[in-house]
Amino acid sequence: MSTFSPGWTMAIEWMIIGITLILFAAISVIILVYVERKVAAFFQLRIGPNRVGPYGIFQTVADFIKLLMKEHITSKKADKFLFNLAPFIIVTAAFLGIGAIPFALGLHVFDINIGVFYLTAVSSVGVLGILLGGWAGNNKYSLIGALRSGAQIVSYELSITLSILTIVVLVGSLQLSEIIASQETGWWIIRGHLPAWIAFVIFLIAGTAETNRGPFDLAEAESELTAGFHTEYSGIKFAMFFLAEYLSLFIIASVGATVFLGGWLPFHIGTWAAFNNIMDYIPSIIWFFGKVAGLIGIIMWFKWTFPRLRIDQLLVLEWKYLLPINLVNLLLVSFIALMGWYF
Amino acid sequence: MEAVKENKDLKTQEYFVNMGPQHPSTHGVLRLMLGLDGEIITKVEPHIGYIHRSIEKMCEFDNYRQIVHLTDRMDYLSSHMNNEAVCLLIEDALEIEVSDRVKVIRTIFSELARLSSHQLWWAATGMDLGALTAFLYGFRDREMINDIFEETCGARLTMNYNIPGGVMFDLHPNFVQRVKDFIAHFKTKLPEYDELLTDNVIFRMRTEGIGVISKEDAISYGLSGPTARASGVECDLRKSHPYSAYDRVEFKEIILEDGDAFSRYKARLLEMWESMSIIEQLIDNIPEGDIEAPTKALIKLPKGEFYQRVETARGDFGVYVVSEGGKSPFRLKFRSPSFSNLFVLDHIAKGSKIADLVAMMATFDLVVPDIDR
Amino acid sequence: MDNEALKQQITSWEPAAELVEEGSQFLNVIVTPDQLSALAEKLRNEEAMDFDYMFCLTCVDYPEHFMMVYHLRSMKHKHEMVLKARIDDKENPTVDTLCNIWRTAEYHEREVYDLFGIKFNNHPDLRRILLDEDWKGYPLRKDYVDPVNMISY
Repeated sequence: MSTFSPGWTMAIEWMIIGITLILFAAISVIILVYVERKVAAFFQLRIGPNRVGPYGIFQTVADFIKLLMKEHITSKKADKFLFNLAPFIIVTAAFLGIGAIPFALGLHVFDINIGVFYLTAVSSVGVLGILLGGWAGNNKYSLIGALRSGAQIVSYELSITLSILTIVVLVGSLQLSEIIASQETGWWIIRGHLPAWIAFVIFLIAGTAETNRGPFDLAEAESELTAGFHTEYSGIKFAMFFLAEYLSLFIIASVGATVFLGGWLPFHIGTWAAFNNIMDYIPSIIWFFGKVAGLIGIIMWFKWTFPRLRIDQLLVLEWKYLLPINLVNLLLVSFIALMGWYF
Repeated sequence: MEAVKENKDLKTQEYFVNMGPQHPSTHGVLRLMLGLDGEIITKVEPHIGYIHRSIEKMCEFDNYRQIVHLTDRMDYLSSHMNNEAVCLLIEDALEIEVSDRVKVIRTIFSELARLSSHQLWWAATGMDLGALTAFLYGFRDREMINDIFEETCGARLTMNYNIPGGVMFDLHPNFVQRVKDFIAHFKTKLPEYDELLTDNVIFRMRTEGIGVISKEDAISYGLSGPTARASGVECDLRKSHPYSAYDRVEFKEIILEDGDAFSRYKARLLEMWESMSIIEQLIDNIPEGDIEAPTKALIKLPKGEFYQRVETARGDFGVYVVSEGGKSPFRLKFRSPSFSNLFVLDHIAKGSKIADLVAMMATFDLVVPDIDR
Repeated sequence: MDNEALKQQITSWEPAAELVEEGSQFLNVIVTPDQLSALAEKLRNEEAMDFDYMFCLTCVDYPEHFMMVYHLRSMKHKHEMVLKARIDDKENPTVDTLCNIWRTAEYHEREVYDLFGIKFNNHPDLRRILLDEDWKGYPLRKDYVDPVNMISY
């Protein structure tokens, strides 16, 4: 039996993993869009999609097919190269992030030793796509939306990074698999008591702001600027912006689940062996997706309940409230780590 | 403000942006030309007339009974009160006495229409400011009122129930019970409205201190309705010029002092409580009587001038008729509250941001067909 | 103040004013266009009068003249009256603007200009408000004909 040369093996391996990840990303976005519409309908006392397929589960597929078949309209004065480049940048940034997330025991594609740093760096690249998309459309409204969004994302990145750093101080390493391994005796949200709770709340707030969702969706505020930075896009390019938004929602929720809630580790209580054994039966991938689903549910709850913040109120929230609280929290957790005052 | 502002080495330039005529938050076909300097507004210029249907000219060719049915296309959310204005004018001019039953029925329907209009306003305000769920909650409660109207009048929005001399049909037998059920249900829902928007920190940050109208400005610009009452102007026509059954019910006139968007919001919510209290006082003892006083088929007003004012959900709606004794008016003018309320926007919006403009417009509660007639 | 006191005060300022009470529920004061702004200012600024709320501004097209109609109310004293200006010139009707006395007049006067064609002196921004900028004619005048859109009986 002939075998492949090492070079070919690696190439084929990469291709298989790449295609799997892309398929996974596409399917998870399809599921997430359907879930969002059903959750929104639940809060608004109505039913949501229920025509296409049983319980409407093929609704998103139908929507994407429609988007794929739409005409590409580019306005005459738009900058063609940048206009076409912007959706690709933002989708690439999202895909780069998916690769680094630990899904289950042993199911971790890209486990580099600077895992946390890599994730935050890669999500920053997405801002470029937004700014380019708003500017290249040659439309006053989308420019306003893109600038607002750029300012917002750049500010809230600080808060996300600092809140993750709070846990990194307790763990001692940036590598995601080590962060999970350190939670075998208990999740950080329980063991890290006060600083972990503060960091978790700030992470949730900053996470919704990072993904332009919820009360921070000024960039695409439908009742003010029609559609913000993606006003000028139609067809598959619009679908790519849509895809990137839901993918980054998934990534934020996964990072939160990994760092604060123990990733794919089951829920153990101290030395209750019988309880722990039952918890171990549930496969780790179910634990992971369960936690991610919980966090996504909370973030969706925000969107459908609160009115939205004005841009200056949003920036004041970050720079005058969240950032100082974060810094103080970081000092606090360093002190606690030194003194060993955690479980 | 100058068109080009120099800021040490940074020169910025004023640019113009159109909000509307097709825009999700201008509540109708209204075009606002905004002069912007970055995110700050330097000038707001409303352009109206997109839905001008020359109702005043049409009324010079229609007879008085036909005019009543034209009025509810103007401010379609207070259509019952608009009809009432013209009917009261005709009844005063011809000195027709309507029965007590008619007066009480008209008052109850007016208050139900006011409640329905404020519910729609609350829904639209929530949606404009981003709380999309509020839109559906407001409409859900409004459906009960629409069903009550449909049972008695046959229509949900433009009721055409008032005629000169009385009302068109008698009350449906289920009317009293349904209204009581609705009041009992809505009393549990209004506190929910408070929890969802009024006590929400984000909502308060978006509306407190925004768009302050002083009392002198309110009087000078001719504002009326809850917009003016939130600035301290006592202009409730139900108190100062009582008509129909308003002189037999006890209710408070809601006057607030601050004049900002949150006060206008609060004024309307408190008005909803007062409307419910008025309905409760009247619903149990609707007097028996004729539903229509005898009038001629072809109504001719005597020579002279007549003016009738009614408090609609938006404010002071006035009908001015100059009659030469014929079967159509020589000149008919509708004084609409939204026309006067709109134009204070330029005065108060200078120096605020686009997001604040949306909050201000939401609390003015404008209905554009009322502006354009 | 009741109508008698109002009548006395107004005749003391403007003896040529015509005071009519029948045929209307308010006291009507009719002046010529050049007496208008002086009287309007006194009505607004004098303590005893204090007519600060203008609740209706319109125009009526009679066969021989135009009549500008202003309905006024005082928030403090709670009395009301109607101020009218008779414009006899039907070719070129002009009257002073009252928008520096009552701010609401600015927009109502634009509407009267749009629909009747009456020009207001010293108005800051006199242009059409409801109809298109390039509309010809003044629709609410009695002699307006529009064969396309109007059906005459």
